[in-house]
Amino acid sequence: MTAFTINGRAVDVDTAPDTPLLWVIREHLKLTGTKFGCGIAQCGACTVHVDGAPTRSCVTWLEDVAGRRVTTIEGLSPDAGHPLQKAWIAEQVPQCGYCQSGQIMQAAALLESNPNPTREQIVEHMDGNICRCGTYVRIISAIQRAAREG
Amino acid sequence: MIKMIKLHSRTLSRRSFLITAGGFGVAVAFGGLPGQAVGAAVAPAAEGNYRPNAWVTIAADGIVSIMSPASEMGQGIMTTLPLLIAEEMDADWDRIRIVQAPSDAEKYGNPGFYGIQLTGGSESTRGYYDLLRLTGAQTRKVILASAAGMLNVPVGELTTEPGRVVHARSGRSFGYGEIAADGALPDPLPQATEADLKPADRWRYIGRRTVQRVDVPSKVDGSAIYGMDVQRPGMLYGTVLRAPVQGERPEAIDDAESRAVPGVVQIVPLSYGVGIIGETVEATQRAKDLLKVTWSRSSRVRSYTSGSLLEHYRSVGRDLSQTGVEALSEGDAEGALAGAVTVITADYMSDLVCHATMEPMNATALVKGDSVEIWAPTQGPTHTQRFAAEVVGTTPDRVKVNTTLLGGGFGRKAEADFIVDAVSLAREVEGRPVKVIWSREDDIRHDKFRPLEAQHIQVGLDADGNILGWRHRIVADSIFARTMPDLFASRGGHDDVVTEGAQFNYAVPAHRIEYIRQDNGLDIGFWFAVGVGYTRFGIECVIDEVAAATGADPVQLRLKLLPEQPRARNVIETVAAMAEWDRKRDGRALGLAYSDAFGSHCAQIAEVSLNRETGAIRVHKVWCAVDPGVAIQPVHIEGMMIVGIANGISHALFEQINIVNGEVQEGNFDTYRVIRMSEAPDIEVAIVPTSGSPVGGMGQVGLPPVGPAIANAVARLTGGVRLRHYPFLTERVLEALGA
Repeated sequence: MTAFTINGRAVDVDTAPDTPLLWVIREHLKLTGTKFGCGIAQCGACTVHVDGAPTRSCVTWLEDVAGRRVTTIEGLSPDAGHPLQKAWIAEQVPQCGYCQSGQIMQAAALLESNPNPTREQIVEHMDGNICRCGTYVRIISAIQRAAREG
Repeated sequence: MIKMIKLHSRTLSRRSFLITAGGFGVAVAFGGLPGQAVGAAVAPAAEGNYRPNAWVTIAADGIVSIMSPASEMGQGIMTTLPLLIAEEMDADWDRIRIVQAPSDAEKYGNPGFYGIQLTGGSESTRGYYDLLRLTGAQTRKVILASAAGMLNVPVGELTTEPGRVVHARSGRSFGYGEIAADGALPDPLPQATEADLKPADRWRYIGRRTVQRVDVPSKVDGSAIYGMDVQRPGMLYGTVLRAPVQGERPEAIDDAESRAVPGVVQIVPLSYGVGIIGETVEATQRAKDLLKVTWSRSSRVRSYTSGSLLEHYRSVGRDLSQTGVEALSEGDAEGALAGAVTVITADYMSDLVCHATMEPMNATALVKGDSVEIWAPTQGPTHTQRFAAEVVGTTPDRVKVNTTLLGGGFGRKAEADFIVDAVSLAREVEGRPVKVIWSREDDIRHDKFRPLEAQHIQVGLDADGNILGWRHRIVADSIFARTMPDLFASRGGHDDVVTEGAQFNYAVPAHRIEYIRQDNGLDIGFWFAVGVGYTRFGIECVIDEVAAATGADPVQLRLKLLPEQPRARNVIETVAAMAEWDRKRDGRALGLAYSDAFGSHCAQIAEVSLNRETGAIRVHKVWCAVDPGVAIQPVHIEGMMIVGIANGISHALFEQINIVNGEVQEGNFDTYRVIRMSEAPDIEVAIVPTSGSPVGGMGQVGLPPVGPAIANAVARLTGGVRLRHYPFLTERVLEALGA
């Protein structure tokens, strides 16, 4: 059993300690907002926060998060009211939407450390997150809007 | 002379629709995803018995549930199609629940696309447009008739406001919910005709920038349910180890170590691979890694090596003695070329590209006796029924398909291989659902790639530079030979999608299109814009080659070739004005391209620079003018242009699959490069619909022009260096610069 906290809730998970955190979150804990995209930390769809830091859950093992605090898209805000979530709707960012949980979690970490990023800082921080639909310009607009409207 | 036939008939009489009333008492019509709302405004139908037709249910509280018949893969169709019904029935858009329609082609098939449920070809809005507006109008007539009965007044004295029927003379009004609760459905139900439709100036929702996509809220808080997210009681997990080369089969399987993995339930030999069923994802993955399989070595695909094959295709294109199938012949193109003063000749080519949808292939299936239930991110519920039925040995009507949201489709999820996986494994554990998940490596290596293709284009000019004749030879394997063999045979071996886009609206006196089919055994498929993605690359670059050879301006030459095409001229003139076409840029250049594919007109200008040391092309900005006929959701049309342009840049600059002796060399995003944020340009979109035009397709419209616009910009930047081979890899650019 591995114990950790997810979205403020204490959980114990009984599976192999070298299981990717991604599958623990998705299929053991049934929090399916965190997505499987590549399995090798190349696309960012699985991004969650571990103790506040953006982390690729597909290459993080269950044992790595023992005793730590994991936040997923479901735990980013209680009511989808995070400034980024509101901005994502206002800018109508998602197309297929599959990557957007990871995009938002990645962006949330940026705004946490840098509330007013420049466009270049946004691009540098977000460049590891693939959007296969290519909604990048709207993602940038939404991050700028969230920074502006807080 | 053979004319290209359209994939479907658009000659439907608007009056010929019979609005299906089959929804009454048929619970399956309101199945959706029981207990699994796919979003906030997207939900299982509200309770209610007031059903004017198979599409609409009105509850006593005024909530209107509307069926969405097509697959939502990001193209916004789950908003667009129900919006058409809501508009005509005068519903209150804030009180709508949208329900994903079940697999039932008789009720929900696309009347403009084979009558089946298959989302693709930018055909959904075009195909359903008349039917759904008539359905909305019919719904309104039913509501009015019920209200007339309740008020005991003639129907002609009633009008509607959103969600309400109003009797102005008496000052009385009823909400739709009150009518649903207390009114009687008229018998017989009235039908609607074109005369019942709203004129465009009375539209409340169509064309409004305030209408947002209904699926977006669920896509920012993790609640959206894609196929990958399906959870069913007692569900098992599955995966399939596939042969390294298409067409090979397992000859010997050593699964001793795999079976020993805790949580593994069963190893299932399949004709094309080895399936694993387990209690957890991690168990199936471990077991898959431990399988030792000896594969057959007899597949003809083992002789497939993409690099050398493309060189061969190019030589076939140039060898005019190989005539292939004539796809179009207008005038005497060969005679025109023989008599031309100048002949511009060019070969254009593109490598295999892969879909790599963000959501890898997956499906969940439950088999019970001769019935099958499937939850899947499929573009094609109707053929999903057929393929699943074949696996189990039942009939398609015994297969229920629950279409989830799709994490990208781009044509890949019109295939059924992932469905076959899920059903093949689920039949081994009858009564328990199995969710099959492909790894990204499975997804890329076993994709149905866009065809490898070479085009040979010849354009004959007279002494004044006027085009006399145009000959376009396309050399590629066939998609339809595999996916639609009957259609392929009926067309005498022509493949309409592989050569799609070769036909154009430029006025040329003689035009001949030939398809010289190759068959090298590899499965190829429908990729975003299919043939148009490369045929317009060839055509639009050659137009610029003609401009360069004759000293013409690319904008002016296109306008000259489009004398009777006001919509085409408008998008070209609009985009030229947006980009300030005539203004020189320091170290950068503009390139133009245009496309009339999918029933919409789209012109784009790309502003690019080039690093001559590295060969890297940088696209700084793309301007886009699009005429969709009817701009149903303008904000979303802009979004789709952004997507088309981003993907167009991605495939023009980066995307490439290499196959060596039948084995795909790429496997994940570390080797299969797609566009990232740092490579995305600024994009400016103008929507310029033409009043009175038929509604055009939208999903794929934005992709085809951007690649040739980039190539044309590079040529203008470099004094005529032409890039004729997708993708424009840096080494290819350097080679072209050195030539």
